Amino acid sequence: MRRAVGAPAVAPFGRMLLMQTWSRLLWFWRIPAWTVSSLAMPVFFFTFFGLRFAHLTDAGGFSVGSYFLASFGAYAVGQVMVFSFGIGVSTERMLKQDLLMRATPLPPLVHLLARTLSALLFALLALIGLIVYGVVVGGIREDLSVWATVVVRLLAGSLPFIALGFAIGYFAGNAAPAVANLIYVPLSFASGLFIPVSQLPSFAQQVAPYLPTYHYGQLAWSAIGAPSEPVATSLTWLTGYMVLFLAFAVRAYRREEEQKFG
Amino acid sequence: MTPVVELIAARKRYGAVEALRGVDLCIQPGEAVALLGPNGAGKTTTISLMLGLRRPTSGTARLFGLDPTNRRARSRTGVMLQESGVMGVLTVRETVRLFRSYYPCPLPLVQVLALAGLEEVADRRVMRLSGGQRQRLYFALAICGDPEVLFLDEPTVGMDVEARRAFLAGMRAASSAGKTIVLTTHYLEEADALAERIVVIDHGVVIADTSPRELKARVASKRVSFSVAIPLGDDALAGLPVMSVQRSGQHVRLLSNEPETVLRALFGRGVALADLEVTGADLEDAFLALTRREEDT
Repeated sequence: MRRAVGAPAVAPFGRMLLMQTWSRLLWFWRIPAWTVSSLAMPVFFFTFFGLRFAHLTDAGGFSVGSYFLASFGAYAVGQVMVFSFGIGVSTERMLKQDLLMRATPLPPLVHLLARTLSALLFALLALIGLIVYGVVVGGIREDLSVWATVVVRLLAGSLPFIALGFAIGYFAGNAAPAVANLIYVPLSFASGLFIPVSQLPSFAQQVAPYLPTYHYGQLAWSAIGAPSEPVATSLTWLTGYMVLFLAFAVRAYRREEEQKFG
Repeated sequence: MTPVVELIAARKRYGAVEALRGVDLCIQPGEAVALLGPNGAGKTTTISLMLGLRRPTSGTARLFGLDPTNRRARSRTGVMLQESGVMGVLTVRETVRLFRSYYPCPLPLVQVLALAGLEEVADRRVMRLSGGQRQRLYFALAICGDPEVLFLDEPTVGMDVEARRAFLAGMRAASSAGKTIVLTTHYLEEADALAERIVVIDHGVVIADTSPRELKARVASKRVSFSVAIPLGDDALAGLPVMSVQRSGQHVRLLSNEPETVLRALFGRGVALADLEVTGADLEDAFLALTRREEDT
């Protein structure tokens, strides 16, 4: 009508993504339960379970402290993914935030990317905090390249936990926080993220190699030189779990699309 | 000129319930249209089809000649929905800034806050807003993209009298600035004050599509009101050309196209009237008569 000729017909993708990601980061940052469970809990767990062994070197030649940092790093990143997607999706649905957003020109892809980027950035923050704590307080020493490998692998390998979060968000509704805890905490424990698999009850030792968190932990353990399965094996398992969780999430998503927006 | 909104033989079925039973509607640029109807008549479904929030079971919905889910169409559209929410931990300013980023040519932030009357609460978190302030925020989010068309689904629910008056004034200004407005409401005075065209929806079909004035003229032309000493029985009105009757104690309100005939008959039947008043029907009367008639057929 009075639009200038040559004015863009749609908003620039980059600006939308930036604003959306920033808003989600503010969302993370301003919910105290979030910052405590994502940033403080892994540090607390490390202090409780791993700090007194931090100075030891395993017979296999790797630092026990690094091993615990890698384990709780994996726990922290997976936790951010499962909870941010699980609780995020379920709150959005309950408070009908999805409805208004759907009527705007925001592409669903930007929304998804922003969610993922903000979760990755927050997970990165959690990892850096944990590692710095381990280095400063626990006196753990590794090359910077080792830490970098741990960080990159854990962030890249976290996709299955995003899918798990989605599935929980769609299936569990307002019970999502409880369900996420019920699934994720036992999963992490049984996979040796809290105490090494070799110290677990024998039943758990037998189950562990079939769990996604176990193979996720392997990515970090191999980075600090602990004995572990080949990276390719971990990735295969994680990909399989991702496909499985995605299938659940997509099914629930489609069902809801049909009900609410069909 | 491409119509802003087109619904062609649009039907919508939810399971066993047919919410829309074939709606044809075309809205041209610059029109101010009110969709009016009782609760459950199909207003929200109609607006959902226009916005692409739902797909018609059969028939077609278009927005600016495009599929309503098309980003180009949505970039020219502002929306205020009945049930919706935004992230509570963001401030008003942050939320408006975020929504501005969705549009290619947004209004300046300060202008949006001023238009919606949100300057004083700009730095308050959304979860701490009152119902009326929240409604103003949703209005801000609807206009921040400088849209050509505004869709407002029951926009004044939860507003106090003052806020409602300010809101309607704002809408009239937007309308005279050439914006297209599509509004659903069950407040008739709102439709009367704002719209030049009223589409009455009942039981999933359009039962009237006309100007407020013609709508009033088309149905009951006169409202007859009076009070009686002895409550009026049904037999007193039997066989008279009356479209609707409302009785509250001693007070009676009738709608009729032939008020003279009705009054003559009432006098003939020995009914003693006081405080007699015969006036032109307002929109509410017209609406009642219209939806009632539909039920009888």
